[in-house]
Amino acid sequence: MSTDAISGTREQAPTQESVVGHGPRWYTRAPLHFVIVLISAIWLLPTITLLVTSVRGIQDISTSIWWTILWKPHEFTLTNYNTVLHAATSIGMGRAFLNSLAITIPATALPIVIGAGAAYGFAWLRFPFRNTIFLTLVGLQVIPLQMLLIPLLRLFNQWGIAGQYPSLWIAHTAFGLPLTIYIMRNFMSGIPFDLLEAARIDGANEWSIFTRVILPLSTPAIAAVAIFQFMWVWNDLLVALVFTAGSDNAPMPVVVRTLSGAYDQGWQLMTAAAFISMALPLIIFFALQRYFVAGLTAGSVKG
Amino acid sequence: MARVGLEHIWKRYGDVVAVHDVTLEAKDEEFLVLVGPSGCGKSTTLRMVAGLDDISDGSISIGDRVVNDLSPKDRDIAMVFQSYALYPHMNVYDNMAFGLKLRKTPKPEIKRRVNEAGEILGITQLLDRKPKQLSGGQRQRVALGRAIVRNPAVFLMDEPLSNLDAKLRVQTRAEISKLHQRLKTTFIYVTHDQTEAMTMGDRIAVMKDGFLQQIDTPQVLYDYPVNTFVAGFIGSPAMNLVPGELKQTDGRLRVEGPGMVVPLPESLAAQARGKDSSKVFLGVRPEHIAPKSQYNGNAPNEMTATVEVVEHMGSKQFVYLGQAGATLTAEFPADAEARPEQEMQIVFDPDNLHLFDEASGNAIGHSRSAVA
Repeated sequence: MSTDAISGTREQAPTQESVVGHGPRWYTRAPLHFVIVLISAIWLLPTITLLVTSVRGIQDISTSIWWTILWKPHEFTLTNYNTVLHAATSIGMGRAFLNSLAITIPATALPIVIGAGAAYGFAWLRFPFRNTIFLTLVGLQVIPLQMLLIPLLRLFNQWGIAGQYPSLWIAHTAFGLPLTIYIMRNFMSGIPFDLLEAARIDGANEWSIFTRVILPLSTPAIAAVAIFQFMWVWNDLLVALVFTAGSDNAPMPVVVRTLSGAYDQGWQLMTAAAFISMALPLIIFFALQRYFVAGLTAGSVKG
Repeated sequence: MARVGLEHIWKRYGDVVAVHDVTLEAKDEEFLVLVGPSGCGKSTTLRMVAGLDDISDGSISIGDRVVNDLSPKDRDIAMVFQSYALYPHMNVYDNMAFGLKLRKTPKPEIKRRVNEAGEILGITQLLDRKPKQLSGGQRQRVALGRAIVRNPAVFLMDEPLSNLDAKLRVQTRAEISKLHQRLKTTFIYVTHDQTEAMTMGDRIAVMKDGFLQQIDTPQVLYDYPVNTFVAGFIGSPAMNLVPGELKQTDGRLRVEGPGMVVPLPESLAAQARGKDSSKVFLGVRPEHIAPKSQYNGNAPNEMTATVEVVEHMGSKQFVYLGQAGATLTAEFPADAEARPEQEMQIVFDPDNLHLFDEASGNAIGHSRSAVA
């Protein structure tokens, strides 16, 4: 009987969806929805824990589990945030936030500008060893970042830019380029060649084709790459720690880390600090999530 | 003033020859159609005129200039693509204005030209839309508009109608012809559809396997095809090509084939003299086969055939006839009686016969010998 019910619904489903505009009866989709909600809940749990912990006092945190706040809302406090924002860290969170911006924005823009140009070349220009060079470049991703830190640090010391913003711009641009080029090149090869030829006949040179036809059409790929790179650089601790530790140019993750050192048992502060540093990426993600999804499929399906 | 001249054009891709020593000319203000089956080199030829593909050898001139080494933008041409190739991120106005903007045309002038082209094509109400909001036919018009606003010396069109449905295709065909009359510019138009070629072209260049077969007016191609390929390609349904042998008795020539003896009229025999005993194809178009009962003239040939299939077209009917193991296509008047499996006597109109050499496929002669 249950088999009948299922097959019956299956046959009806397309008609209902396409003609009436209603989904199939709710109970056929219920298991699916249940699983999705469950996965989302598990996925969100650490973040929620972090959020709730950040608005509780250290006493409460150490004596009761976080969901106690549900029936004891008076425990709610913004002290942690207050403390973090005025913490006597080496440079202060305000400066750290500005540092993060000063590092992240150029370190996101540079790989996109360079990568888009390179991707156009790899996608559409004819030159010897084009594919070999492309594969080598993408293959370079297998070199672990950690191996390059010391040589880079020595190089930056020699150039006298260690601890300065440009050292991080250069490092992040170099680390980010292979993936950037890969994603954008795949997206751009999906653009019909006829468009380039039409533009050529309309009188466009390579530069106008790139800036006025290819780039506007590559917005989804650019946005996706921008989000990836922004998140990566914004949240990066390792590279920033190596190149800026102890300098006034350290970004938030480096500074947040010092909170627990500066204040014994200060990890309730770290939850608040983590949330402050997450705020911007969250806003950007929600603003651009349409492109984010489009960019995820950009490599596999023609855009 | 823009004639387009191709002189001994070759296109090679490694060992593959795509275009083989093609020499042809599109006269000023002419509508020249390049036609042939897919892979015959017609699109490649057009793309070489456009400058999108390099030529391997030869020279191309537009107007008085040799354009071999000029980039597409310097050739004073516009091209309409099969896929339309509209810029998806621009609205119709910007799509049409793009070429003018790149050439730094003053804004009021751009506006004037785009509006004028919009009016010619009846798309003024679509100027704010994006290509994806348009139907296939509308996109086609925008693609034409983008070409028109540039006011080029030559229009190049690469199968512009093949993405349209049958009805729209017929309609747009007429509109492109009208456009040509209105603009009085040289058009070079590529298609694989012989009907398009016949209906639109002032002259048609038939290509096959990279070779130019014949270039002439539609009527001359139809009446005097130079070989069996052109004979079979131009005209629908295709010309019947009946294998046979050329024989001579008492100074009169005839073609003998299985189940038929067709004496050649003097006009055709004169061209075929000295070729007796050779294997030939006798070509006869469907409309030049008639049931004996309906044939008024004096036809010295006659053969028995069996009706296989009848296709009623309303004003006429196409009848597929089995004759000695082969199938002949005939076009009969609507009132001619033809039923499947019926046996009938048919005749070939002796004034409209074509004779081709079997080995080379080249024409030996045509009954209507007076080539203008």
